Formats: sequence, C-alpha cells, structure tokens
Amino acid sequence: MLEKISVKNLKFFYGANLALKGINIPLYANKVTAFIGPSGCGKSTLLRVLNRMYDLYPGQHAEGEVNFDGRNILHAGEDLNLLRARIGMVFQKPTPFPMTIYDNIAFGLKLYENLSKSELDGRVEDSLKRAALWNEVKDKLGANGLSLSGGQQQRLCIARTVAIKPEVILFDEPCSALDPISTAKIEELIDELKTEYTIAIVTHNMQQAARVSEYTAFMYLGELVEFDITSKIFTSPTDTRTQDYITGRFG
Amino acid sequence: MASYTARRRNSTFVMGLCLVATGIGVAWLFLILYSLLVNGIPGLTPAVFTEMTPPPGEHGGGLLNAIYGSLVMTIIGVGIGAPIGILAGTYLAEYGRHSKITPVIRFINDILLSAPSIIIGLFVYGAVVVPMRSFSAVAGSIALAVIVIPVVVRTTEDMLLLVPNTLREAASALGLPRSLVIRRVAYRAARAGLITGVLLAIARVGGETAPLLFTVLSNQFWSVNLLKPMANLPVTINNFINNPDANWKQLAWTGALLITVAVLSLNITARFFGASKDGR
Repeated sequence: MLEKISVKNLKFFYGANLALKGINIPLYANKVTAFIGPSGCGKSTLLRVLNRMYDLYPGQHAEGEVNFDGRNILHAGEDLNLLRARIGMVFQKPTPFPMTIYDNIAFGLKLYENLSKSELDGRVEDSLKRAALWNEVKDKLGANGLSLSGGQQQRLCIARTVAIKPEVILFDEPCSALDPISTAKIEELIDELKTEYTIAIVTHNMQQAARVSEYTAFMYLGELVEFDITSKIFTSPTDTRTQDYITGRFG
Repeated sequence: MASYTARRRNSTFVMGLCLVATGIGVAWLFLILYSLLVNGIPGLTPAVFTEMTPPPGEHGGGLLNAIYGSLVMTIIGVGIGAPIGILAGTYLAEYGRHSKITPVIRFINDILLSAPSIIIGLFVYGAVVVPMRSFSAVAGSIALAVIVIPVVVRTTEDMLLLVPNTLREAASALGLPRSLVIRRVAYRAARAGLITGVLLAIARVGGETAPLLFTVLSNQFWSVNLLKPMANLPVTINNFINNPDANWKQLAWTGALLITVAVLSLNITARFFGASKDGR
C-alpha cells in the first residue's frame, strides 16, 4: 500500500516545550486515518505539522522527517504556499471568508489557475456539488458566506478546500462545532472524498473515528501509542492505554 | 426584609446620581450646539459659500477661500497621513506581531497621538516653513498629516487585531502567501473598521487650529498656490472673532458652525458605517 505521507521520528516544540516525542506513522493513500486521544495529547499539533501551519508562529519548530511523496517537507527551503495547495486543511471552527459564496470558492482558484469565467463557474459548481452544498446555495451564490448556517459554512469551507484540487485533506475536528445532522452529512462527504484524496481526521468522537476511518492512531501525552486498522483498535487493542481510553476509563 | 428595602433605596439613589451625571455630561454638547446654532445660523447665507473673506469694515463677503483651503489641506494631509498610518498599523498587527520592537513602536505612537498639536505646528514650522522661507499650504498639509498618522496607526492596528487568527490560518491553508492573506482577507474583514479610523482622523484634523497657525497662516484672498499661505477656516475664525467688526464676528460664528456640522456628520457617518457592517 502506498504511503502518501510518512512521518519519521517527528519531534515538535512549543518554545522549549516538547509536545510531540518522536512520532513514526504512515498516512496511506486514498485512505482515511483517524487520530484519537484525550485533550492535549498532540493530535492537532501533529496535523498542523503536516501542512507546516506552525510556520506562521515563531517559537514553534519541528525536527525529524515528514516525507510527502518521498520528499521531506520539513526542509527550510520548502515552498509553503505550494505545499499547502497540495495539502489542504479544514478547521474546527467554520471560517468562511467575508465575501460572497462564489468568491469564497473562486478565491483559491484564481490564485493558482488562469481560468475563464465559464471555467471558473464550472469549477465552483463542481466543488459545491462535491461538498453537498450546491442545491442549497445555487440560487444565492452572491450572498455573503457568513449568512449560511454553521453546518453549511463548514461545507463551504470543505468546498473551498477541494476546489483547488489538493492531494491530501486534513480535518481538524471538523464536526465538533456542528449539530448531529450536519455531522452526519460531513461524515458522508468524507466517505465520498476518500476515493480521490488521502484524508487525516482528528476527532474527539470515537464513534466517528470508528465510522469514518480505515486506520486509527491513538495518541497520548505526545506519543503515538498505537496505530492499526480501525476495527482492530476498537475491538482488540494491544496497548492497555488504548484499551482504557476506548472504554472510557479516562479522557 | 428591612435591609432589602434599604438596598433598593440605595440603588435607586445611586442610579439617580448616575443619570444626573450623564445628563450634565451630555448637556454640554447641546449647550455648545445651541450657541453655535443661535449665533451661526443668522449668517448662513449662500454668500458664505460663494464669496471671499471681506476686508474689515465692509458688509457681505463669505468664507469661500477659507472653506476651499481647509478642504484642500485636509485632503492632502489625510492623503499623505492615512496610507502611512495604515501601512504602519499593518506592520504592527501582522508582520511585526511577535517582534520585540513592536511594543516600542506602539508606545512611541501613543506619545505622538497625545502630543499637543501646537508642538507639531512648531515642529513643521522649523522643518518646512523656515527652509521654504514662506508659510504655505504644503506646510499646513504636512502638519495635518503628522496629526493623522498616529490616529490611523492606532485604529488600523486595533481593527486588524480584531480579525480572528483562524481566518488567516484558513487563508494560509489554501496556500495564500502572507501578503495576500493580509490584503485579500485581513483587510477585507477589517474594512469597516479601517474606513471608520480614517473618517475619525479626518474629523480630528478638520478643526485643528494650532498646527495651522505657524505653518499656513492664512490668506485674505483666493489662492490655489500650495506654496504660499492659504485661507482656512480655523485660523480665519481665530482672526475674525478677535476683531470688533460685527460682520467679521458673524462670519466667524458661521464658520465655526460649518466646522462643527462637518465634524459631527463625519463622526455620525463613521459610527453608522462601522455599526452597519458589524451587526449584520
């Protein structure tokens, strides 16, 4: 099986604080890998290393290797903008830009590609269809993105991310701010997206991890405790800490 | 139960004091407006906007040259000061957010913000008027620009800091380079606040007199020469009110009314503009 991203001996520091203590994990192509663990275990930190989001903040740095298609992206000379166009991210809180729905999607497209108006229209429609939002907004593409409901805003953010055709999509607790119906829609979406993209999802909700992913990684206090096929993690985990977490003994 | 009624009474009493205090504070605004209206409106004729300032002893005349001069210098002053202020505020809020020099710059800006405007006028006198050997509208505009800059720096930085970081991260996650994250996302999100800041800066310099006293002086006549003294409302009012000529006094009051109306309108527009974008 192809490893789209291979993390090797990754250490991450918030200032002098060691937050990730040497992580080794593969992200398999076209599969969904879920990261579970109690608060503060480092799962969001790990996700944010994968698209070098931490670079926005001085004082945070990473050591080790993160090999994306065989190339280490932690190198100083890496073009971060191009990297982030290939590895997209959807955040916990829906963050539509203060523009029209159309512009929210076209924004990223105009950056990288030179498209005619009709091509642009087509791509916008395509992304909104993939995010299962097209039917709800097709008559109001000129409305402000902020006028949508929470679940719709999150789907808009997903549409925005897939519009630029990345190869990997990172989801950082995408449903924790949403109601159950919107959550279900987004989980369906992730299921459809995985045929074309490699997906990593951080979630607090173990049932969600079980529903949505093929592989699950359990993290605790900055370490990767266990990584295996989802069904195995949830039925017969090898580490007692994993066992304790999934049975609700802590976290 | 007795202590409850005592507390109720106490509360009502203090509330009454608060209302009286508010009333006293607000009353001043209305007193000022009232006296401006009573004294200024009688002189508010179309001639004010069409004729030049008259020589003493004559009847009639208007404030056209003064209005023109004030407009021109305000526009140039804000035209120089606002872009500088926005760029500096952007540095403080975006590029320099974690830099060690940022708190120092902010501190210096705050000092400049509260500097007496007469000091600024004297500085521009020494820096511009003396080398040029002439009072001029250019010097006046520069003095106004120096007052505008710290105001705009402050409001720009404050408004940009209000834009949540998650929005910037979302834009970066799409692969947007830093400058575009700032220009297309942060500015857009803070747009109402940034414009409000500039409007408030305009309102602030619209009525400044001290910086103009030593830089542009004033001019009895119509002038469009930026390199020479130019008429302007605040200094004209200052000159006219000190003179026993009744016509001049009336024009001074009317001029003051005009400035007040302009500044008030700008302030109200700024409020309205800022609020309507936020409270959607």
